[in-house]
Amino acid sequence: MQTKKQANSLLQTVTANSDSFLIPILAILTAVIIGGIIIALVGGNPILAYQGLIEGSLSSARTLSETAVWATPYIFAGLAVALAFKGGLFNIGAEGQLAVGAVFSSLIGYALPGWLGFDLPGIIHLPLAILVGALMGGLWAAIVGWLKAYTGGHEVINTIMMNYIALNTTSFLVNGVMKDPGQVIARTPLIAESARIPTIFEGLRIHWGFVLALLVAYFIWWLLNKTTLGFEIRTVGLNPDAAQYAGINVKRIIVLTMFLSGMLAGLAGSIEVTGLNYRHELGFSVGYGLDAIAIALLGKSHPLGIVLASILFAAMRNGATRMQFLTQLPVDLISVLQALILLFVAADTIIRYLYRIKSKGERVVLTRGWGG
Amino acid sequence: MDWKRFSFIGIIIVVLFATVVVVGQARQAPLLIITSMLATTISVSTPLVLGALSGVYCERSGVINIGIEGMMLASAFFGWLGGIYMFHIFELSAGLSIALGVLFAVLTGVVMSLLLAWLSVTFKVDQIIGGTVINILAVGLTGFLNRQLFFGKGSVFGGTVPGSPGVLPTIHIPITEIFSPICSDSASCLVNLQAINRVFDQKPIAIAAILLVFISHYILFNTRWGLRTRAVGEHPKAADTVGINVTRMRYANVIIGGIFAGLAGAYFTIESVPSFEPLLTNGRGFISLAAVIFGNWTPIGAWVASLVFGASQALLINMQIFRDVIPPQLSFLQESYIVGLTPYILTMLILSGIIGKTTPPAADGVPYEK
Repeated sequence: MQTKKQANSLLQTVTANSDSFLIPILAILTAVIIGGIIIALVGGNPILAYQGLIEGSLSSARTLSETAVWATPYIFAGLAVALAFKGGLFNIGAEGQLAVGAVFSSLIGYALPGWLGFDLPGIIHLPLAILVGALMGGLWAAIVGWLKAYTGGHEVINTIMMNYIALNTTSFLVNGVMKDPGQVIARTPLIAESARIPTIFEGLRIHWGFVLALLVAYFIWWLLNKTTLGFEIRTVGLNPDAAQYAGINVKRIIVLTMFLSGMLAGLAGSIEVTGLNYRHELGFSVGYGLDAIAIALLGKSHPLGIVLASILFAAMRNGATRMQFLTQLPVDLISVLQALILLFVAADTIIRYLYRIKSKGERVVLTRGWGG
Repeated sequence: MDWKRFSFIGIIIVVLFATVVVVGQARQAPLLIITSMLATTISVSTPLVLGALSGVYCERSGVINIGIEGMMLASAFFGWLGGIYMFHIFELSAGLSIALGVLFAVLTGVVMSLLLAWLSVTFKVDQIIGGTVINILAVGLTGFLNRQLFFGKGSVFGGTVPGSPGVLPTIHIPITEIFSPICSDSASCLVNLQAINRVFDQKPIAIAAILLVFISHYILFNTRWGLRTRAVGEHPKAADTVGINVTRMRYANVIIGGIFAGLAGAYFTIESVPSFEPLLTNGRGFISLAAVIFGNWTPIGAWVASLVFGASQALLINMQIFRDVIPPQLSFLQESYIVGLTPYILTMLILSGIIGKTTPPAADGVPYEK
């Protein structure tokens, strides 16, 4: 009964402002139209391309499963960026946090039994691998939060720098001490069976990490809207001065918001390692940071919106191979489409102008200049 | 730039140079090492300097530009593509193709900057998000077109990457010729003179970048245009009251920023190496952004900050040269992943304000509402 009530109010918060659905949908539509023009310009067949995208992502149990597999890290990383947005912080560092999470999860996954000298049961090993990855991602981001709170160093630049530091450091580790000796490519050894997330259906790659992602999305919604901490995060995000005046420890909340955000991004990496790849391979994190920003913006920083946006982005990525097969267009076309979607979501004024939609209410401030 | 920050920069540069001298002295005389480090530093810091100038113009007029990276990447691609097109399809001479390639790069920078201005000035979109849009768009567009035009089956180039018309030539400044009488036939003196000469023998964009630093300084702080630009970035309302068109000033400065970012892009594919690969800018646009902040939004400050980042890159390059003479206790210097962290860690230290606080233009990042 309680959960039903909560689910209802969850829906109400989404539908209360019909614009929050309308604008993203129109943005997607506009991007699809302009994308079609681009496809035609380079000599492709737009209809066939979109047909390929849909066939390749939604037409069978296998393609649906693959879409869910793609969507899983997107949901976590999108939530990471969205949570930071709610706290008035712009986390461009999901990519680095994800890499850190993935590296530590795989380390726990393949090396811990050896260190202990005995095999761990899955019920301990798997949660431990996931948790350590998430925690390290969180700590990685918390450094930036601490710098922001106590020295004023801007999180936008610092998260970008931390991305490069993460990329360099993980490259160093995965090319060195953590490299699988039997491999030419820089990647870690496979993690133990006991640290792997089981798949849901026999023969399909979809794993319980997807379900976990949905649960975490619900948890973040609950955290933000139903708890004191969530209230504090949102208050600091809306107006740090007022939050300070109201007795909220703003510095603590900033560090905590970055920590939680980094944990979510770290989870994206952990779950990819324990649920799908079973190892960390160099370079797999590249691109997730920007995709996560696009997803958070498309989903209007709302957990339900992020789940939907993640599934959309996942479907595009997944369908791209079929599209390439049908039309010979390169997979990279998807990035252009996603950039266009982001463009129109970010600049909703363009969409409002194109479709003559009146703006109601205040504009949402997502980031502040260097001073804030 | 206050003395504190200048001396910090001085110390870092001295440390970086001294490290290379210590490692390399077994093989080369210190003067030769220092001059070669200097030459490399100036060359590799070129895109950083130009990117930083791009940021200075944009932000002085009140528009945060975190899209420098994307602008550079797009310019690098289209400049390169333009050069190849002119060379192979229109069959122009190599020199003309290269020159037109630079022009294409600059035009691409202008188009990208127009998009930024359109988003952030006209539509008043959150500027950091506007910049992110540019970055994502550049990655997607260059990746897609690179694959489609060169590796696609039905492409004009028939599925292969055609040879590029080449790179810009080095401009020789005749220092050796002018000063050689001083040496009076001493061979070692002549060698040193040639080594010093190499510092000044740079390619056109590198030389232009340094000139543009001082030109920009003059424009921003000694001309009416500069005064207006700064007024619009500090207090747009007051500027508007005295009849300065805020929108027009911001557009103009963002476009100037686009020209600089375009030149920076041209450095990668037309001045440095004649090829393109996806994501080749590799974060240098973001380092430029850090140089803007570290340089306290001044052209000369940003230039000096870029030189630090350039020097740490030059150190890496030199470590590869002296690979087999590195003493064992300094062998960590060979780990490019570890030494490569220097610019990023420096940036974070700088931003934390331990070396003096920086003050952005008061209206930086704030859309102007009349």
